[in-house]
Amino acid sequence: MSPGGATQRPDTAWRRLLRRRLALFGLVIIMLAVFGAVFAPWIAPWAPQEQHFDGLTLEGSPLPPGGAFLFGTDLLGRDLFSRMLFGARTSLVIGVLANGIALGIGTLVGVSAGFFRGRIGGALMRLTDLMMAFPALLLAICLAAIFTPSLWIVVLVIALVNWVQAARVIYTETTALSEREFIQAERTLGAGPGRILFRHILPHLVPTVIVWGTLGISTTVLLEATLSFLGIGVQPPTPSWGNIIFENQTYFQTAPWLVFIPGAAIVALALAFNLVGDALRDVLDPTQRGRD
Amino acid sequence: MTADTTSAGATVPVLSVQGLTVSVRSGGSERALVEGLSFDLARGETLAIAGESGSGKSLTSLAVMGLLPPPSLRASAGRIMFGGQDLLHLPEGAMRRIRGRRIAMIFQEPMTSLNPVMTVGAQLTEAISAHESLPRGEARARALAALQSVRIAQAERRLSQYPHELSGGMRQRVMIAMALALKPDVLICDEPTTALDVTVQREVLDLLRDLQRETGTALILITHDMGVVAEMASRVIVMREGRMVEEGPAQRIFAAPVAQYTRDLLAAVPRMGDGSGAAVLPVAESVVRLTDLRVRFDIRGGLMQRVTHRVHAVEHVSLQINQGETFALVGESGCGKSTIARAIVGLVPHEGRIEVAGQPLQDLTAEGRRALCRDVQMVFQDPMAALDPRMRAGDLVAEPLVIHNIGSDAERRGRTAGLFERVGLPPDAMARYPHEFSGGQRQRICIARALALRPKLIICDESVSALDVSVQARVLALLEELKRDLGIAYLFISHDMAVVENIADRVGVMYLGQIVETGSRAQVFGNPLHPYTRRLMEAVPIPDPGYVRAPLPRLSGEIPSPVWPAGEAPQRLRLVDMGGGHLVAQSNPTAEIAA
Repeated sequence: MSPGGATQRPDTAWRRLLRRRLALFGLVIIMLAVFGAVFAPWIAPWAPQEQHFDGLTLEGSPLPPGGAFLFGTDLLGRDLFSRMLFGARTSLVIGVLANGIALGIGTLVGVSAGFFRGRIGGALMRLTDLMMAFPALLLAICLAAIFTPSLWIVVLVIALVNWVQAARVIYTETTALSEREFIQAERTLGAGPGRILFRHILPHLVPTVIVWGTLGISTTVLLEATLSFLGIGVQPPTPSWGNIIFENQTYFQTAPWLVFIPGAAIVALALAFNLVGDALRDVLDPTQRGRD
Repeated sequence: MTADTTSAGATVPVLSVQGLTVSVRSGGSERALVEGLSFDLARGETLAIAGESGSGKSLTSLAVMGLLPPPSLRASAGRIMFGGQDLLHLPEGAMRRIRGRRIAMIFQEPMTSLNPVMTVGAQLTEAISAHESLPRGEARARALAALQSVRIAQAERRLSQYPHELSGGMRQRVMIAMALALKPDVLICDEPTTALDVTVQREVLDLLRDLQRETGTALILITHDMGVVAEMASRVIVMREGRMVEEGPAQRIFAAPVAQYTRDLLAAVPRMGDGSGAAVLPVAESVVRLTDLRVRFDIRGGLMQRVTHRVHAVEHVSLQINQGETFALVGESGCGKSTIARAIVGLVPHEGRIEVAGQPLQDLTAEGRRALCRDVQMVFQDPMAALDPRMRAGDLVAEPLVIHNIGSDAERRGRTAGLFERVGLPPDAMARYPHEFSGGQRQRICIARALALRPKLIICDESVSALDVSVQARVLALLEELKRDLGIAYLFISHDMAVVENIADRVGVMYLGQIVETGSRAQVFGNPLHPYTRRLMEAVPIPDPGYVRAPLPRLSGEIPSPVWPAGEAPQRLRLVDMGGGHLVAQSNPTAEIAA
């Protein structure tokens, strides 16, 4: 950092984040995915459901990438590029929203159980244990069977399945934190539980939440794919990156791009979130200051 | 054992360090943490390497052992000659044969250096058979002999126990037994007694000295405690910031130190006297009064989670602290002194009566408790742990004002700046984070924080124990100054008798949750009447190599447990006034202390 802070603009977390090359790279990928999803109707050359007569070879097999169809076509002669763009909408909504809700529930349960302990804390943690012991997929199937499948139901189902691990991790972290001496020091100053919770415990949980959140992106996107495969996810013909993989996985030998392209997209998105998450965690930690 | 290198006589050093430089690599640059250190170690000699934190004394020992953590740290120059070989250029395989067998090491924290899932016996036999192929029975016999040589009671039984079943002192004995089992030429002790209580420290130091006399092992003692240095060392090296400041025989270093730093270091060491010079305080109104305070923790067990045992942490303690006075509680770990502090600030539930400024604690509502926090503040032992690492120093000091809704933003800022000045911190420190300060400065932040609410009483729970002596002296001076200027009372909790004697007006000595002796400083230190008080005082290392200690029986006793089955309680001690408020426990709970 250069001296002479008076003339310098304030060194905000955002500024420090932008100085990191890897984080910037991650941000660009995320922006691309968001851009593609939002402007899909204008960018996509065709409608995602449209089956092209010239989209299949004479033998009826899909076309490889290149030519008229940028990413090639799928088994029904649909344009993969268009499907990927529209699929980004579903996958991003699920990756961000479902994961966000899961993290929200997990944090709420974990923090309250870890901070207040006692009967309520015990009951909450036994509930998470129960949820953990229950096969996640079975639960998802049950939930999906009760409600008519739609994107929002899928988001809800995934959130309800995925909050459990987050709650466990955050509970452990919170109990460890509330035993720390500076929390006891706060108590001797007369700080109430609200202040301790919001000013001293939650800020320390930020790294855990960020790491857990970014790791969760890929698992949620894949869980959606699994649900789609079982016919209880996002309903065809609406594309999502997950269900594109699952629709086509049996043709991996003859048409590998149908699996490879959406697979690469999921990996790239998960990686991008991980990079940004890691950088965000460091940037928000004052003890890491000056190590950019 | 190959003894060819040492058989030539005392003139040939066992170990010779020449121009040792240890550097750390960070980024692209290298920085020397130890620079150009040279010394020789003769057979049977005790060499003390003394210095404060960051002086490079521990790095030196790690370099000798070949244990510098790669890749950031490495010995970049110099030679370490041992048995005709340069240890710095020895391959790892050859080094491993030397390590443990010919050069052994004992670390500060015996719990972390022992494997918690292996029995003591298994670890000892493993250490022995790693270097010598012996039949198992014989290795076990050697292990037993090693334990007996460190004077562990019931050695046979200890072999099948796990580290957590032993006390701290016993664990350190096991470490010593392990280190000496192979009769090494050199034993390196890195702060071997720092984590131990003073009476246990005495036992371990005695043991080390006796064993050294028997085996002729050369000892390198790394310590920050000049008292320990004076007791143990024949020669001393004083280090500061990676460089040797002074070297010489212990007698000369203590009698006529040449370097200014050595002189400052010795001047900063708190010394024990006879308790004289205590000013008689005018009778003032009491700030805190404890009456028959008891703190017990339940241990539940069994299927029904019924209370089967109780830890009797504090038993029937009554004391009073007056305005503007320093009351010191001394005792060893587990005696309940910190629990009293926690009970006063409401961190642990208690029985009995605690009055703060005339207000009984148990009658208070939540609102009243908050108000009470303004009167009683606490400064913890480890300032790094007691400060939220994610907050700026200024916000940390202003926080008590925010919690209690005192003043506007601008007023708070002004008051915080005033507090920083008061404790001797620069105003620009307010924008920095705790990790950007040194240990002593951090403790100043904690003190500023405690002062923010203008309390009547500050509880210092081992507040200077983690600091280097020179820093410790300055923080103690600050506390003294604040007391004089602001009329604050202190409850000063410490295990360090010498510090207590230098700061306390009145003293209470605690043993197993009860006060065994209390009175003014002059009464307790000038005329200690209870055998435990005397034992505590005699155990303190004296920073004077010429001091002749009265011969004491070698002790290896264990402090009895404060855990009692439900329904039973320890015998209550009766305090008898020996004149002028000097109270001494009469009936003795353990005949063993009197011995």
